[in-house]
Amino acid sequence: MSAKMTNSQGVETITAEGSSDPRPVLMLAEFETADLLMEAATGVRDQGFRLWDCHTPYPVHGLDQAMGIRPTLLPWLVFGGGATGFTGGLLMQAWMNAVDYPFLISGKPFWSIPASIPVAFELTILLSAFGAFGGMLLLNGLPRFYRPHFRSDRFRRATADRFFISIDGRDRQFDVQANSELLTGLGATAVEVIEE
Amino acid sequence: MKQLLDKLSPIMRPELTGNAESPEIDNTAYLPDARQPLVTGENDNTTITDKVCQIVEQKPTVGWWMFFLLSLSVLGLLGVFIPFLIFWGVGTWGVNNPAGWGYAIVNFVFWVGIGHAGTLISAILFLFRQKWRTSINRAAEAMTIFAVICAGMFPGIHVGRAWFAYWMFPIPNQMELWPNFRSPLLWDVFAVGTYFTVSLLFWYMGMIPDLATLRDRAKHSVRKVAYGLLSLGWTGSNRHWHVYERAYLLLAALATPLVLSVHSVVSFDFAVSQVAGWHTTIFPPYFVAGAIFSGFAMVMTLLVPARQLFGLKDVITLKHLENMNKIIMLTGMLVGYAYAQEFFIAWYGGVKVEKFAFINRAFGQYAWAYWIMVSCNVLSPQIFWFKKMRTNITVMFIVSIFVNIGMWFERFVITVTSLANDYTPSAWDYYSPKLADVTILIGAFGLFFTLFALFCRFLPFIAMTEVRGVMAEKARLKSPPPQQGASDSASEDSAAGS
Repeated sequence: MSAKMTNSQGVETITAEGSSDPRPVLMLAEFETADLLMEAATGVRDQGFRLWDCHTPYPVHGLDQAMGIRPTLLPWLVFGGGATGFTGGLLMQAWMNAVDYPFLISGKPFWSIPASIPVAFELTILLSAFGAFGGMLLLNGLPRFYRPHFRSDRFRRATADRFFISIDGRDRQFDVQANSELLTGLGATAVEVIEE
Repeated sequence: MKQLLDKLSPIMRPELTGNAESPEIDNTAYLPDARQPLVTGENDNTTITDKVCQIVEQKPTVGWWMFFLLSLSVLGLLGVFIPFLIFWGVGTWGVNNPAGWGYAIVNFVFWVGIGHAGTLISAILFLFRQKWRTSINRAAEAMTIFAVICAGMFPGIHVGRAWFAYWMFPIPNQMELWPNFRSPLLWDVFAVGTYFTVSLLFWYMGMIPDLATLRDRAKHSVRKVAYGLLSLGWTGSNRHWHVYERAYLLLAALATPLVLSVHSVVSFDFAVSQVAGWHTTIFPPYFVAGAIFSGFAMVMTLLVPARQLFGLKDVITLKHLENMNKIIMLTGMLVGYAYAQEFFIAWYGGVKVEKFAFINRAFGQYAWAYWIMVSCNVLSPQIFWFKKMRTNITVMFIVSIFVNIGMWFERFVITVTSLANDYTPSAWDYYSPKLADVTILIGAFGLFFTLFALFCRFLPFIAMTEVRGVMAEKARLKSPPPQQGASDSASEDSAAGS
């Protein structure tokens, strides 16, 4: 699995087994409460970090502002899905019942708007929902089954009752010494570095 | 009922860490200056997580096995009688001229209707910011999925030649034929298909963070892999939460018109036809109200035992049940109003056949079914005017069963009375079911409860993330100095109800 080491400042280092040249890829800092996390997030944001994130067991309101996250594009994807569903639904019915195989039922017109609305409406909803769900996966890069976070045992509580800040090793300001001091100063109860 | 459940509890529920013993706290009293807590007792994120995850993590109890095996054996009826039906054809059912529609469509409408409460709880109450939905939405949505599975079975088997059921879909075939898009039965295919797909997406998406919790707590490698795959690598990242919450809101906004459209389209199956008693404009709203009514009753039927047996009285509190009872009473009266309105319009419209159709409903050969329907649907929920009754576990459970029965009979009355006594008196007949009708009706309940038992066992029963969010908000509102918030609010919570 992985080896663990703790340095003099109490920063725990978790190294992936079998990596010949271990380099830090992630720093995790644990916080007790959402309020502490919120303050710390503001602090990390103000330092100018870019590749960093907060991990919470439920969506903490106000954290988006504290982190400076921009509004998502998702509604446009949903709108695109809905528009496709509606026009596609109407065209499908017109083509199938009036063009490809004109189909006369009880003297009704081959194609009319009112009779086509229910199916077009349902397809609008269906494709919008695909847009919402698929767009959420796409924009979040899910599914992604491996993440360095999962090497940390402490991080398991991020989905239950603890709050975390993670800083990616690829961030320009990433520096084990300086960042761990920053995070401890912001109220982190534990800081870990993941190496692989 | 309550004593019975208390006695059964020790064998039925897992060995929870003391919280199963939590007493019933009355948090339904009206406070002029504050809201009652939605999670009672001394709970925080840790205890809620433990409580909900333990249902899944501990070994299944004797009670669970009993429930599961009983449901499974009832499901076995389907295993016998559906092949029987497919082999011999729909002649094994009681349907014949003039009543060409029987139990199959009655059951279909009944089960689709059950599903509607789940979507109402998860989507409409979400848009209305009704925080109490968080404790019950997961189970209610699961109920929706399973009810729609039961419903979807019936169109598949009632077509006579079940191996041609795919003709319902616009799939290119060797005859170069397409379905007839001017038929409400085809609208149904799209409405129910969309409804099932969107409900499933909504349910699954809501569950991803909770599945991640189960993954992170899993000890066994099979569980680790299974929950790991299902949770898609969720880390609770706030950048993900940001998109996720927006997606959830949009799905709720999409599911809301969808759920209203589904039972409207189902009602078009009847309303677009020329049959007296069916051809009425009141059908769409009347069907939607009835669907929500029956669905809430089914949620009640499932949750009253479940909260007891899984030790979830702190999370699904008396207030949640009372709120649901209020909705049952409201929708029950809407349905009662629709019954009355149908009679008024039949008289006011002055169409002779229409007038006959309704008098025949109430006083004709199916009068017994009509009055079962009225007494179960209109009269029985009236007991909820009394607060003592709508906060009484036994009473609400019994009423929920009555409503389930009444709503099944509503669909029976609508479908059968109008067909059995139609325009030509010489063709009149008395429709009665045969063995295959009854066993498939019962078997569908087996399917429903089997799926529900599996859900209780393997998936998070409560939307933990949402409950955490609600608790955090409550704590923030309650405590001016944030440091003392947690302990203060907990003690106030437990004291508030007494």
